[in-house]
Amino acid sequence: MFRFILRRLLQMVLAFFGTTLIVYALMFAGQTDPIQALAGERPVTAAQRAYLTEKYHLDQTGVGGFFYRYFDYVRSLLQGDLGQSLTGRQIGDILQQAWPVTVKLALIALAVAVVFGVTSGVIAGIRRAGIFDNSTLVLTLLVLGIPTIVLAPLAQYFLGVKWQLFPPTAGAEPSFYALLLPGIVLGSLSLATALRLTRTSVAENLRADYVRTARSKGLVKRRIVSVHVLRNSLIPVVTFLGVELGNLMSGAIITEGVFNIPGVGFNLFRGIRTEDGPLVVGFVSVLVVVYLISNLLVDVLYAVLDPRIRYE
Amino acid sequence: MRVRRLAAWTALPLAVTLGLAACGSGGDGGSGSNGSGAVSIQIAEPQHLVPTNTTETSGSQVISGLFAPLVDYDAQNKPVEVAAESVTSSDNTVWTIKLKDGFTFHNGEKVTSDDYINAWNYGAYAPNGQGASYFFDKIAGYQDLQGEKPKAKTLSGLKKLDDLSFQVTLSAPYTDFKTMLGYNAFYPLPEAAFSAPGVLKDSYEQAPIGQGPFKMKGNWQHDSKIEVERYDAYPLEKPKVKDIEFRIYQQLTAAYADVLADNLDVLPTIPTENLSTAPTDLGDRYQTSPMSSFQFLAFPTFDKDYSNPDVRKAISMAIDRDEITKSIFKNSQQPARSFVSPILPGYRDNTTGDAGQFNPAAAKSLYQAANGPSKITISYNGDGGHKDWVDATCNQLKANLGVDCVGAAEPKFSDLLNKVEKKQPVGLFRMGWVMDYPSMEDYLGPLYSTNGSSNYYGYSNPEFDKLVKEGAAAPSQEEAIKKYQQAEDILAKDMPVIPLRFGQNVFGHSTKVQNVEMDASQRVNLVKIEAAS
Repeated sequence: MFRFILRRLLQMVLAFFGTTLIVYALMFAGQTDPIQALAGERPVTAAQRAYLTEKYHLDQTGVGGFFYRYFDYVRSLLQGDLGQSLTGRQIGDILQQAWPVTVKLALIALAVAVVFGVTSGVIAGIRRAGIFDNSTLVLTLLVLGIPTIVLAPLAQYFLGVKWQLFPPTAGAEPSFYALLLPGIVLGSLSLATALRLTRTSVAENLRADYVRTARSKGLVKRRIVSVHVLRNSLIPVVTFLGVELGNLMSGAIITEGVFNIPGVGFNLFRGIRTEDGPLVVGFVSVLVVVYLISNLLVDVLYAVLDPRIRYE
Repeated sequence: MRVRRLAAWTALPLAVTLGLAACGSGGDGGSGSNGSGAVSIQIAEPQHLVPTNTTETSGSQVISGLFAPLVDYDAQNKPVEVAAESVTSSDNTVWTIKLKDGFTFHNGEKVTSDDYINAWNYGAYAPNGQGASYFFDKIAGYQDLQGEKPKAKTLSGLKKLDDLSFQVTLSAPYTDFKTMLGYNAFYPLPEAAFSAPGVLKDSYEQAPIGQGPFKMKGNWQHDSKIEVERYDAYPLEKPKVKDIEFRIYQQLTAAYADVLADNLDVLPTIPTENLSTAPTDLGDRYQTSPMSSFQFLAFPTFDKDYSNPDVRKAISMAIDRDEITKSIFKNSQQPARSFVSPILPGYRDNTTGDAGQFNPAAAKSLYQAANGPSKITISYNGDGGHKDWVDATCNQLKANLGVDCVGAAEPKFSDLLNKVEKKQPVGLFRMGWVMDYPSMEDYLGPLYSTNGSSNYYGYSNPEFDKLVKEGAAAPSQEEAIKKYQQAEDILAKDMPVIPLRFGQNVFGHSTKVQNVEMDASQRVNLVKIEAAS
């Protein structure tokens, strides 16, 4: 197990540099005129242009220029310096500010998905074809069908503005309560998927041979469900949720925009819009690390859930 | 054994939720902070807060509270002195600026003429890369501060007379210099801002020290908020509110939801999505006021298809401006039939004459007589919400001129400008302009003169250039305006662009504030605003 984790950690280092290279290359290729993008529709003076061009080595173009700028970036990265965004702010500072709030939001969303999704999934799986099962089927279909871009403003309007149950926006240093609504909106999609996954898995396992054996040797139903069935049914759900954690963090662009949360999604969006290469690469690199770690965690959890799985 | 491991696993999400609850309990307030009497105003994340580097509205809004300008504008947009006692010149080249006594910076420093001279030198010096540096290009010696290794570090045109007065020598006479001084690039900087002569402290921008009615309360909290409080030693009209919070929003729609819930006090721009419902949502808290923005369609005059002014006039006459402003912009903008904004001294209605009037029959015959192109393209930037009106315009041209017309979206404005600069065939393209200070020259110079900074369409008329130059050098503002108006008449004949719409501030506020006023540069008047009684 230890060797397995170590090997995965070493692979992570490689994957990390690989992604920075690819993302840097993509940003580089997509870059037309970041200075004009920063200025918007205002004309840029020659002095300002010369100053920014020199500061960010924007005159280095072509393949040679790409490697020059990429190695320049990696060199300062190894010294712990993520560089400056085009507006002159330290990207390290932006990351420090953006991550906590996004992590909170993603964890709330994940908690919502786990608590409500898995619980209802188990109930629906046990009482297959009952009223609960059918009504959750319809509800989850509805949630899966409505994109966040519709769901988030609707939730904000009704729960935040009209009935004033929640604050309509969360801001940069939100309370737990203010993050609850965006968390639920963000988690609702994963909730629906987690519910459907759990339900199918539980329903299938209930018909398995080992359940019949357990039943015939006289185990109480609660023990069969909570120990035997649940544990075997969780493997696909854990896989899904592990990947989903990364998705929740990177994919919160819409939710973060609607509820005014200056987190990762917002910064990625801003970076892409203003062709701010270092900003995007910095954020994506951290996202990659999040994905890698959550995948590692999922793999380790497999071993916990299924003793037949052994890592060497 | 297995049961225990499972229990440990299910405990994990629980622990995470508890941990979250613990994190959450610390950050209280935020949304409910209005109770303390602070007025909140929506802004976007400013790019910079150093006056000579602030060129966008959000930054300009914040520093308009932290600094007092030398001059401000009255209801007719004529300059009136604020921090200046007087701004005078006998020949419009050598200007003497006398400062009012009694102004102090927020750290207690007395404001002297040195503070202005140092700040302007810093702004003009090219290696400092200040975005508003071009405002100083009319001052003598500006050229010596340009390039990678400038010859000089200070403007030769700035001379200190005594502690409260200084002399500015321009490289050429400029009648509107006093008007120009209202722009935020001309604010002073305290000695405390510099770590060495000509070197600004990095930390200054995080908490700018000014001489205005408000001072910073703590640092600039990036992507979150900027808080300011009333500065009691401010010698002029005191603000009615004690604290202001500039709250940073990424999306206007989020801010709009907050205004509806009384969670945010002032929203300076109502988002397009909400324009149709805003008047009923907000009632008399939905307001409009004049603003300087100007939207137009530019012709690539270097393209032979559009080199004939009659073709350009015919296209202009085939567009029903009133219909588009009404149905697409819900009257949040006004149809434009002149080349400068209506808020300016010297503006005249309808300078485009017949070419600005919707007349499909005359348009069609003129277009055919002038042999206009059979296919028209209108290029626009796809990220600015321009698709609707461009398509509507195209449909009108199709119907009224009998030509084929398509709207072509470029991803970003910079992509569009790149293509125009390379003279690639983009057809007509959309442009917009917002003034820096209320002078006709601020429209005519950059937009239409041969070397204008935003003249992307290659329009050049020596007669026009001459008149604008004469206007800038005229002995009085009245005579300057006369020259500018003659220049505008030439534009009406040549029609290098089609004026489409003038903007206005469309803003809303919560039930907690009153007396919300906005100026022509889209800034809320921070001195007048007060809490609702």
